[in-house]
Amino acid sequence: MEYIIIFIAAIFVNNIVLSQFLGICPFLGVSKKVDTALGMSAAVMFVLTIATIVTFLIQKFVLDPFELGFMQTISFILVIAALVQMVEIVLKKVSPALYQALGVFLPLITTNCAILGVAILVIQKDYNLVQSVAFAVATAIGFALALIIFAGIREQLAMTNVPDGMKGTPIALITAGLLAMAFMGFAGIV
Amino acid sequence: MLLSLAGICIIAGAALAAVNQFTLEPIATSKAAALQAAIQKVTPSFDNNPTEEQYKAPTAEGDSLTIYPAKQNGQLVGVAVESYTKKGFGGTIKVIAGFDTKGKLLNYSVLQHAETPGLGSKMEEWFRTDKNRQSIVGRSLAGGNLTVAKDGGDVDAITAATISSRAFLDAINRAYSAYRGNGTEGMTGATPQAGEEQVAPAGETASTEEGGKQ
Amino acid sequence: MNNIKILVNGIVRENPTFVLLLGMCPTLGTTSSALNGMSMGLATMFVLICSNVVISALKRWIPDQVRIPAFIVIIATFVTIVQMVMEAFVPDLYASLGLFIPLIVVNCIVLGRAEAFAAKNQVVASAFDGIGIGLGFTLALTLLGIMREGLGTGKFFGLTFMPEEFGSLIFVLAPGAFIALGYLIALVNKLRKA
Repeated sequence: MEYIIIFIAAIFVNNIVLSQFLGICPFLGVSKKVDTALGMSAAVMFVLTIATIVTFLIQKFVLDPFELGFMQTISFILVIAALVQMVEIVLKKVSPALYQALGVFLPLITTNCAILGVAILVIQKDYNLVQSVAFAVATAIGFALALIIFAGIREQLAMTNVPDGMKGTPIALITAGLLAMAFMGFAGIV
Repeated sequence: MLLSLAGICIIAGAALAAVNQFTLEPIATSKAAALQAAIQKVTPSFDNNPTEEQYKAPTAEGDSLTIYPAKQNGQLVGVAVESYTKKGFGGTIKVIAGFDTKGKLLNYSVLQHAETPGLGSKMEEWFRTDKNRQSIVGRSLAGGNLTVAKDGGDVDAITAATISSRAFLDAINRAYSAYRGNGTEGMTGATPQAGEEQVAPAGETASTEEGGKQ
Repeated sequence: MNNIKILVNGIVRENPTFVLLLGMCPTLGTTSSALNGMSMGLATMFVLICSNVVISALKRWIPDQVRIPAFIVIIATFVTIVQMVMEAFVPDLYASLGLFIPLIVVNCIVLGRAEAFAAKNQVVASAFDGIGIGLGFTLALTLLGIMREGLGTGKFFGLTFMPEEFGSLIFVLAPGAFIALGYLIALVNKLRKA
């Protein structure tokens, strides 16, 4: 039951993008096409889950016992950077097409604040390892959901006639605002 | 290549360790000052040091909360209970609640929360505003837990923030349950000096048992 | 003269929020009030100036292959310093900005300027670039904060100018952040073309 609540809360109620404001850069950057959005979501889900496990273990077995809490930010971000590098190498080998599609945005996962944000959040929320993994997976699903819905809307938006000043980012942001409003409707379910 | 990276890491680590040393004390001081201010806000005037006499007390749910007894001339006048709940909309809410010896809520202070700004974040003011059935200050919890009107209680929840309100009251109720569950221990310390008030401790014991059943 | 140009460039022509569209997370996440937005901007500016200066000073000794991790370590160091100093001396502000302080590390603006400017320019010029971009970012966050706080709660830096009941709460909440920023960028686009 507890895990179901963590799941629903992280996917819908406290959606990482639409209510926590983390991971906005890829949300706006790779949401022009549904295909790329799918790829990005998969990459984020993979990195986010592994990164959370690794950083959790570092916190519990290195930082806490040696009272090195002040090294948290540095060590976490280095682990995440290394992980992203790894994903990049693997993806290059396994799926060159996807690697082409994601292009510049893959290295940018390092600076996707959702990854570091979740790693720090699970420590702050005092979750155990299983809860942390559940939270990470659910957050990634929430990210994917928001990103893919948004990409779908933007594909339609590209064909509409938008006032000059509103073209591009402004209309995308307002669309995101409306999407966030829709997600607010989930507030009552947990 | 690796050498220069390692060098940068070592310098960075050393710099952070130094700053950490330097800020350790101010952080501790400011935290202690915040706690002290919160205790003073929620309890009647006291002349002891509540943080030195703090003790842990179990709640009905099995975890334990910290209680800071406030004493005037060695006589217990009230307690400040540091309580928390994980049921908040944005996660953990930490509050400190002050009760007098009869179980009446004197005041409260929200120590930490991550509720929505403009909605749940209003709790710091909402539950002490004397309007309709908003205020919980001065209510006694001896008769039972506080609940929001939506759940059949008699406290008006913050407009459009029932979840936050529910969580906030949960933290307050837990504070009371910890205080009452272990209240007798705090009482016995004060009883010997309070020779002339023989009746009061008996009355307290009765209400303790009543509180324990909740 | 040249340094002034760099400064103005950061505030106007390459404004990180309105023009480059970088650092959106703190822009949206911390601007529920004008004061929070401004504080976040200033904290980022401090990190930006320090990391720009240190990186441009050290660039000769940092091999090209490991420059990104090296930059990240330097940035993270300054972020942690800001974090600890804020926790010690302005605990209330630290609590209200919360998670977004450690997240300055992953703010694309900081790493972006390190890579695009500090790694190629002299120390003084890099410092001015840090100040310029930092000011541009602070300006954008403060503006958005004023707009959201004003429309949402009828306050200006905590001072009430219209009754709270007249405010539209949605602007303080998540959707309002997106919508307010959308209109603000549209306005800036319009002004830049004119």
